[in-house]
Amino acid sequence: MKTNDLIFQTVTKTAVFIIIIYSLHLFFSGHYTPGGGFIGGLMTASAIVLLLLAFDIKTVVNSLNIDYIKMTATGLLIALLTGVGSFFFDVPFLTHTFSYVDLPVLGKTSLATAVLFDLGVYLVVIGVTMTIIQTIGETE
Amino acid sequence: MTLLHLAILSPFLAAILVPFLYKLFRKVHTGWFVLVLPILLFIYFSQFVNRTMEGQPVISIANWIPSLGINFTVYIDGLGLLFALLITGIGALVILYSIYYLSKNKEQLHTFYVYLLLFMGAMLGVVLSDNIIVLYTFWEFTSLSSFLLIGYWYKREKSRNGAQKSMLITIFGGLLMLGGFIMLYIMTNSFSIREIIGQVPEMSQHDLFISALVLILFGAFTKSAQFPFYIWLPDAMEAPTPVSAYLHSATMVKAGIYLVARFSPVFSGTPEWFWIVSAFGIFTMFWGSFNAAKQTDLKGILAFSTVSQLGMIMSMLGVGSAAIALDSLDDNIFIVATLAAIFHLINHATFKGSLFMVVGIIDHETGTRDIRKLGGLMSLMPITFTISIIGAFSMAGLPPFNGFLSKEMFFTSMIRVLEMDVFNVETIGLLFPIFAWVGSIFTFIYSMILVFKTFTGKYQPEKLEKKPHEAPIGMLISPMILASLVIIFFFFPNILAYTIIEPAMASILPSLLADGGHFHVHISGWHGPTPELYMTIGVVLLGVLGYLTLTKWRSVYRIVPKKLTLNKGYDRALYCLDKSSLGITKFYMTGFIRDYLVYIFTFFIVILGTALIIKQGFSFSLEGTAPVGIYETVLAAVMIIGTITVLFSKSRLTAIIALGSVGYTLSLFFVLFRAPDLALTQLCVETVSVALFLLCFYHLPEFKKKEKKLRFRMTNLIISLGVGTIVTLIALSANSQRVTETIASYFIENSYKLAGGKNMVNVILVDFRGFDTLFEITVLGIASLGIYGMIRVNVKREEEG
Repeated sequence: MKTNDLIFQTVTKTAVFIIIIYSLHLFFSGHYTPGGGFIGGLMTASAIVLLLLAFDIKTVVNSLNIDYIKMTATGLLIALLTGVGSFFFDVPFLTHTFSYVDLPVLGKTSLATAVLFDLGVYLVVIGVTMTIIQTIGETE
Repeated sequence: MTLLHLAILSPFLAAILVPFLYKLFRKVHTGWFVLVLPILLFIYFSQFVNRTMEGQPVISIANWIPSLGINFTVYIDGLGLLFALLITGIGALVILYSIYYLSKNKEQLHTFYVYLLLFMGAMLGVVLSDNIIVLYTFWEFTSLSSFLLIGYWYKREKSRNGAQKSMLITIFGGLLMLGGFIMLYIMTNSFSIREIIGQVPEMSQHDLFISALVLILFGAFTKSAQFPFYIWLPDAMEAPTPVSAYLHSATMVKAGIYLVARFSPVFSGTPEWFWIVSAFGIFTMFWGSFNAAKQTDLKGILAFSTVSQLGMIMSMLGVGSAAIALDSLDDNIFIVATLAAIFHLINHATFKGSLFMVVGIIDHETGTRDIRKLGGLMSLMPITFTISIIGAFSMAGLPPFNGFLSKEMFFTSMIRVLEMDVFNVETIGLLFPIFAWVGSIFTFIYSMILVFKTFTGKYQPEKLEKKPHEAPIGMLISPMILASLVIIFFFFPNILAYTIIEPAMASILPSLLADGGHFHVHISGWHGPTPELYMTIGVVLLGVLGYLTLTKWRSVYRIVPKKLTLNKGYDRALYCLDKSSLGITKFYMTGFIRDYLVYIFTFFIVILGTALIIKQGFSFSLEGTAPVGIYETVLAAVMIIGTITVLFSKSRLTAIIALGSVGYTLSLFFVLFRAPDLALTQLCVETVSVALFLLCFYHLPEFKKKEKKLRFRMTNLIISLGVGTIVTLIALSANSQRVTETIASYFIENSYKLAGGKNMVNVILVDFRGFDTLFEITVLGIASLGIYGMIRVNVKREEEG
């Protein structure tokens, strides 16, 4: 019997955006308030999981055509390159720096290289979670 | 690196060339190329005779590992030179013999000569090294190369068994000997034998002295086939006959004799040395000759006779060591024992080498070595017969052969044991001459069996595989040379006495010589009507009687059942070792992970518990602990209920959900203890893992899905309670005795100042300790790839299948 998930799917369509925005908030505010790459990544992944639950796996794969293994690799590469970057300034591996910059819209903002590292963590966590769930979900 | 070093290493270098020579000159027997080397070496080493006669040893040092005091020091004195001449001289004769013995078309000649050269070089190294580590290196080389030579016909099972047995026994002894050498080094701080001898007075009081003595004797006894380690030698007779002649009569088995003689200056004078060496020697002498008389295989007779003769030499060395303890006496009568030992060593090499070659000829020409099939070969093989009669009569100790002289001296030294008044010899010393005498009677009997059962009696051509005829002249040259030496040494023993024996004695008994002096040895064939002479006459009479009535008393050998022989014991021991190690491994390697976990946790409890008790590490104080509030109490109670539910739940689903509740309570704890990042993460991770658990649960195979309660096991309960207690105790103790301040204040102060962040946890994760995070995300990546790989690869396999 085919069930009609209309309510679920409609709510999902709205909720996913809220979750993703919240996860981005967690990610960006990590340096000052609780949050960061790890929890942000998990939250984004859970948004996609919600999509998977509401729609079937093929729909999600078609609309979100992402290779999560490549995403994991990209994340690792970013994290690693953040560390390697410190060599160019003749400082030890993974030395971070930060400064305050006046941006046109946001005003005075602090920009830290640690965020780039956190971006790597964020991508890896999404990639890993989605790889595991999608791989297990696709087998039968 | 001097010419001397090159001379010792030259067999190794030549061994590299042999395979090329074999491949390039297929028409020439490879042995001819090899033959040149020992002859050259023999001539080279003969030059040193003059030096050693004057008591001037030759020393030459090449650095090997100077920082450890291990150098290739060549030291040529009388004893070393004697052995070097034996090794090269008999080596040349054996190679000459092997050229005619081994067919160049049927045999793998290159491997044979490579092994033989390796052995020759190793033996030269053993006898000419002054450094005990170098000596040990060469010593193991002899074990190894003799293993290869015994197993030369590796397609025969008996060869392989014999090789394995000799390997196990000699390596066993060799390793114990290494232990003895290391003890010597600990006592004297030197690896050089000369320096060790120089420090004898101080070290003889050391605690390790006796242990070193015993361990070194283990090495010597296993190599020289003394009781009860002789069992490998009869089995080593599966080797080609030239190998038996060379290794198992003239050289390798004498390495142990050499070792005892070489270390005599260190250990002799102690009662332990005297008793072990002479008692084992004399018993081996008796036991070997007793067993030789029952063999039916010619090589078997010779093997046991070698064991017996080696025991005889060993016992004489032991008795000779008493000379040191008695050096207060003016006419030191025990020197004669050392003299006899060296003299018999040379004699044995000559007559036993020739006898082995003769047996090889008989085997080669008739196709059998069984004395029950042989007989009446005297007229067919006259030269072989002559040689073997010379060798056998010399072995039996009859004039006019050199064995007579050394046997007489043997009796002399054994009788003189009776006059000894040290080491409590008075009481049981009488056994020495008795064993010697009875052993000699058996020696006489088996020597007669060897000659007369083979060459006289009825000729039985129907039992022989080939039609026997005299051997080619090339095969006879070597035994002829050795047999003529047997006679020459009887009539002119003093050419040996002055040149070789005196310097060799000087190196065995250095402390008896005044500076610059040397022994004056004079051996004569006739020394008047002494007790020794009557003993020899008795040996001959009883021996003839014993030989003639052989069939009547042979049943003596059946008294000891076959099961109780040492060989059976060895086989049994090997079998039991195999069985029991398999049994032990099977006992604890059950293949069940739960058993291994029991081992791991038991060790965990035992080791940590003992450490806590021994170090009295437990302490408990409530100082600095926070007050317990109502929230903590409630949460802890929830957590405990959850845990107990996991343990006692009947269905797996309950357990999974209870586990989830424990996880969520933990995240509440994080909230309570003000760790928001941890709480968030714990919440998400717990959700994901519970989902995965449910997935696993859903996919459990149907037929095993009988839901049943966890089975109760007492051991498991005890172990889990033990682990819990230990961990709790350690946590309490660790919390109660903080040694240093935490470094947390640094992070509090600097997280904003240095890293520009206010979330300290995140700053630590990405900045202060970013390196850890880098690899944690790597771990995650690996885990996801692993899951992906596992599932996808399985899918593929199913598709294929």
